[in-house]
Amino acid sequence: MEDKKSFNITFYLLILPVLLWLIVLIVLPHIDLFISSFQVDGDNGKVFSFDNYTTFFKNKIYWLTFINTAAYAIGITLLAFVVTFPVAFYLTKVVSRKYASFLSLLLLIPLWIGELVTVYGWMIILGDHGVINESLIYFGIIDKPIHMLYTNISMSIGLLYISMLFMVIPIMTTLESLDDSLIEAASDLGASKWTIFRRIIIPYSMPGITSGGIIVFMLVIGDYVAPDILGGKSSLWFTEQIYNEFLSTFNWGEGAAFGFLLLMISSSIIWAALRISGQKLERVGS
Amino acid sequence: MGKILEIKNLTKEFKEFTAVKDVSFFVEEGGFFSILGPSGCGKTTLLRMISGFIKESSGEILIKGESMSGIPPEKRPVNIVFQSLALFPMMNVRENVAFGLKRQKLSKQEVDERVKDMLGRVSLHGFEKKKVTELSGGQRQRVAIARSLVMKPSILLLDEPLGALDRKLREHMKIELKLLQKEIGTTFIYITHDQSEALVMSDKVAVMNKGRFEQIDTPRNLYKNPKTAFVAGFVGESNRFELTDYSDHKLTTENGWKVEKPNLDFTPKVLYIRPEALIIEPTDDIADLFKFEVVIKTILFDGSNTKVSAIVTSSKDELLISLPQNAKFEDLKEGDKVQVGVNYNDLKCYKE
Repeated sequence: MEDKKSFNITFYLLILPVLLWLIVLIVLPHIDLFISSFQVDGDNGKVFSFDNYTTFFKNKIYWLTFINTAAYAIGITLLAFVVTFPVAFYLTKVVSRKYASFLSLLLLIPLWIGELVTVYGWMIILGDHGVINESLIYFGIIDKPIHMLYTNISMSIGLLYISMLFMVIPIMTTLESLDDSLIEAASDLGASKWTIFRRIIIPYSMPGITSGGIIVFMLVIGDYVAPDILGGKSSLWFTEQIYNEFLSTFNWGEGAAFGFLLLMISSSIIWAALRISGQKLERVGS
Repeated sequence: MGKILEIKNLTKEFKEFTAVKDVSFFVEEGGFFSILGPSGCGKTTLLRMISGFIKESSGEILIKGESMSGIPPEKRPVNIVFQSLALFPMMNVRENVAFGLKRQKLSKQEVDERVKDMLGRVSLHGFEKKKVTELSGGQRQRVAIARSLVMKPSILLLDEPLGALDRKLREHMKIELKLLQKEIGTTFIYITHDQSEALVMSDKVAVMNKGRFEQIDTPRNLYKNPKTAFVAGFVGESNRFELTDYSDHKLTTENGWKVEKPNLDFTPKVLYIRPEALIIEPTDDIADLFKFEVVIKTILFDGSNTKVSAIVTSSKDELLISLPQNAKFEDLKEGDKVQVGVNYNDLKCYKE
C-alpha cells in the first residue's frame, strides 16, 4: 500500500506540468473564447446572444469565404496525396534502405526552416522579378513576366509545400509495413501494375492516407501565413476573416464565434469524409 | 506423362556470387516435385526464375514446351504460394480467392462458382466472408493454396509454405497437401529445407546445394542410395567417418578401423553409416558384418524413433544408433557396453 501511494504522488507530480499547460494555456482560453462567442455589446455591458453565429450565415461574404477556404483545403489535400504518394512509394519500396533514411531526412529540411521563411522563399521564386520569370525571360520564352504571386495559385503552391510533409510521413509508415510479397502475389495472379496500385497498394495504405489527409486538411484550413503573404489581397481565406475580427475591428465575440465555426465545420467535413470513404478513426494511423 | 516443366542449363549470377549454376531437370505432369536444400542453396532463386520474378542469366525455362523467356510473371501459367502466404489483409477469404479470376474478366457467375468450388476442395466452405486476419494458421495456408489453385495453373510453386506453422499442424498439413495434390492433379513444385516435408510428400526430390542439383530421385532412393556425400549427410541422419586409405578392398578410417568394403572403383574419402544400419548385439549367423564395441552415452527417447548416442570404445568417436522397435533393448542404460555390427553394404563411401 505504501508503495502504491508513493507511486501516485510521483505520478501526479510528473503529470502536473502537462496538466497545467493544457488547462491554463489551452482549455481555459477556449472556454473564455467560447463564452465570448455568445456575447454581444448591449446597453449595460455584454449580453448573451446568438448574433455572432447568425452573422456568419446571414452575410454571404462570410460563408462564401468559408466555402472557398474549405474547397481549397480539400483540393490541396488531394493534391498533396497525388504529389507525395509516389515519393513515399519510391522512398519505401524502390530506393535501397541505405539511402532511404538519408533521403527522408532531406524531406524534413523545409520543416527546420520554419513556415514564414519558406513562404518568403516562394515569394522570391514566384515574384514578377523572381527566379522563374527571370529565367523564362532570359531564355526568350516570354517577353513580360507572368503574374504568379498574390494569386490563388501562388497561395496553393505555398500551402501545398508547407503541408505535404505531413502527408508523406504517415503514408511512408504504412507502406513500410506493406510486405513486398503482396505485390508479387498480385502480379503472380495476373494483376497489371495499375490494378496492383489500385487494389492492393492504395487500400493497404488507406489508414496512412487518411491520417495524412486529416493533418493536411486541418493545417491548410487553419493556416494564416501562406494565404496572407502569398495570396495577397485577392485571397478569401477564412482565417483572415477571424484575424480581422480580432485585430482590425476588435470584435472579439465575432472572432471567437468564427473560430468555433471553423473548428466545428472542418471537423464535420473530416467526419463526413471518413464516413464516405468507409474509414474508422480508430484505425487511422495504425 | 509429358514434361510440364523443363529447365535447361539455368544459371543465375548476382553481383557477388552465382546463386544457381547450370541446373537442368524436368518435372513430369501431375507430379509432386520437391527441391530440398539448406538455406542459401539457391532454391528460392530457382523458384523465382520459374515464376518470372527474376530473370535468368543464361539457360532456358520451358513450360509445356514453350519458352518462358521474356514472359512476365502475370502471363506465366504458374502460380506461387508464398512463404509468407501474402494474403491480402484488406480482403476477406472470398475476395482473396477471387482476386486472380477477376483479373481474367470472367463473368461474375463463373467467378463465384469457381471460388465456391475451390473453397470446398480446401475445406473452407462457409468461410467466404471471414477476414483473413481472423483465420488460424492452417486455414490461412489453405486460403493461399486455394487462391493459387483457382487459377488452374499448369504448375503450382510452393515456397516453404509450412515454415511458419507449429510442428503438429505442419505434420497434418503435409498429409493434407499430398492428398490435395493427388486429388486435383496439378503439378506441384515444392521448395523446402525440411527433408521430412520433401520425403513425405514428393514423388521426386531434387537435393540442391550451393546452386547445383546433387541428386534427383524418388524419396526412397534418395534415402537408400545417396549419390553424393552431401545428400548422405543432408537427407536423414548419418554417422560420418573420415577415411585415410583404401587398399586391398579395405577402408582405413581416421580412428584406426580397418573395414572390408570390396570392389570400389575410386578412392573414397568419407564414410557414412545410417543409425538404423547399426545392429546392436548382432547374432553370429549374420554374415558380412563389421563389428566393434561401444559404450552407451545417452538414450535419446523419441517414441518409435528412439536412438542412443554411443562412444566407440577403441576411438572415442561418438555415433548415433537407432533402437529396434521390438523393445528388445528397452532396458539399455548409460554406461552399458554393447557390441555393434554393420553390414558392408550399408557402408556408404564417397569421394567428397
